[in-house]
Amino acid sequence: MSALELLLEGADERDLTKLAEYKKIGGYKAVVKARKMTPEKLIDALMTSNLRGRGGAGFPMGRKASLIDRASPKPKYLVVNADESEPGAFKDREVMARVPHRLIEGCLISAHAIESTHVFIYIRGEYLTEYEILQGAVDEADAAGLFGDVDIVVHRGAGAYICGEETALLDSLEGRRGQPRPRPPFPPVQGLYGAPTQINNVCTIASVPSIIAMGAAEWAKIGVETSPGTAIFSISGNIARPGNYELVLGTTMRELIYDTAGGVPDGRELKAIIPGGSSVPALTPDQIDTPLDYDSIGAAGSFFGSASLIVVDDRCCMVQLALRAAKFYMHESCGKCTPCREGTRWQVQLLEKIEAGAATEDDLELLASVGSRILGKSLCALGDFAVYPVSSYMKKFPDEFRAHVDRGGCPFAGSSSIEGVVAPSDQHVGDEHGDSRERESLEETHV
Amino acid sequence: MRDFDALVREIAARYPDQRSAVLPALRIAQERHDGWLPPEAFVEVADALELTPAYCQAVASFYDMYHLAPVGKHLIEVCTNLSCALARAQDVVDAFESELGVRAGETTEDGEITFRLVECLGACGYAPVAAVDHRYRHPVLPADVPTIVEELRVGA
Repeated sequence: MSALELLLEGADERDLTKLAEYKKIGGYKAVVKARKMTPEKLIDALMTSNLRGRGGAGFPMGRKASLIDRASPKPKYLVVNADESEPGAFKDREVMARVPHRLIEGCLISAHAIESTHVFIYIRGEYLTEYEILQGAVDEADAAGLFGDVDIVVHRGAGAYICGEETALLDSLEGRRGQPRPRPPFPPVQGLYGAPTQINNVCTIASVPSIIAMGAAEWAKIGVETSPGTAIFSISGNIARPGNYELVLGTTMRELIYDTAGGVPDGRELKAIIPGGSSVPALTPDQIDTPLDYDSIGAAGSFFGSASLIVVDDRCCMVQLALRAAKFYMHESCGKCTPCREGTRWQVQLLEKIEAGAATEDDLELLASVGSRILGKSLCALGDFAVYPVSSYMKKFPDEFRAHVDRGGCPFAGSSSIEGVVAPSDQHVGDEHGDSRERESLEETHV
Repeated sequence: MRDFDALVREIAARYPDQRSAVLPALRIAQERHDGWLPPEAFVEVADALELTPAYCQAVASFYDMYHLAPVGKHLIEVCTNLSCALARAQDVVDAFESELGVRAGETTEDGEITFRLVECLGACGYAPVAAVDHRYRHPVLPADVPTIVEELRVGA
């Protein structure tokens, strides 16, 4: 059995949004234990646990903490990335809505490790209900005197995928447009307000109390040696029982998709699995036995990403899917770097031409070429994220792309499962926030 | 209604630099201006935080949740990203357009409801997903659409 609840432990039985309930299951004991440890010992424990970042990059949290210049005369900041916006991901939302105190306890422990008294939780603006629950839990824990000299500010974003990128998040938190910064300097050296800053995802921070409670060496034995612990996997798309499932890392995709989530419904065939949110390369049914851990998914040619699987069945046209993903990344490109800003638009135009049946063989080559000119050429990974879906669907389903060219149209002939999907970038440009009455009256004025 | 300046300054005091309060200040200003940010809202935010109106407008224009033109009293937003698309969100979009008599991105004739498409709302396991006045509804099926619209119209 691969299910194990560390992050969501107790949430099925109790209302863990309440401080008293969380305390009944041992809540806030780990922070007491951690505060008796020196920051060095605490960072050692995080290193021993080998907890890797759950936001996407998989960088070991303890190593990140060790890079913080604690001797700096500047304040040290802990920033929690709760800007969950990756299509397919909805795990952080569940943590904040159901076990907010575990996240808060993780913040207090992590702040002690880097000798910080300022914590900011940057939550995406759309998560209003989750914000209310989290803020309520922060207020309750603070009133109970659990914070010591630590201040936790829950900061709401305002709708921008790019703010999940750590340096864009910092700019946004400083009250700017959320655009990525050049690195170096990296945030542990020069982050929020130019001070040493630790940035971690919600699930990373919420994993910390279990490490301290259990002991790092014991915790490191869970899962796979190079990817210990559990992760909450979000699974969606063409799947019988979509939702969040907390599983030990190293569980195979087959176990998650078929045993846990009930497989592909309606008697359809599995066609593609996007294993880490829409930004990662797709995998195919022959790779179904890949273990869900950082290195195994990496070896299979994709990324662990945000532990968010999108399951696609055989009714879906992969050109349409690539186009919808490409429109998302075009919409969310912040515009700072030319390859990403221009390249994401080119990708959309070429994919529209292919889907319409107006493309030639040269256009397929051009699309691949555009991708190669975006990859690795911008300040942050958004450009890469825009390319991976397109290039991987082309690579895994070359016949389907070619068929659009050869037949002069979509081989699904209107029967694709996502036929007719419209994106925000397709809505009335200029009227996006608009008022049709005002536009009509304007038109009348001009007649 | 509390004094806007005092409220914004209270929020700003939580941060090492008061500029960090721009996003919350814009949100409050928008709530106080019928759901959008007219030019005077930028002046108010700028005055409260010792910034310029142009700076505040530049920040606001970056984020999807700030509205730079008038919107309806109610906001219906539907996600059409990958997981919602695989759950036929496009049928939900069609149902809203037909029920409201507007296209995505528009406001109803009576100024009551703005309908727009948004990118992933982070509820993919419960697709298709809609946010009605910022509260998530999921799954939303085409058959649910008349009830959602009726609830808003009755409540208005």
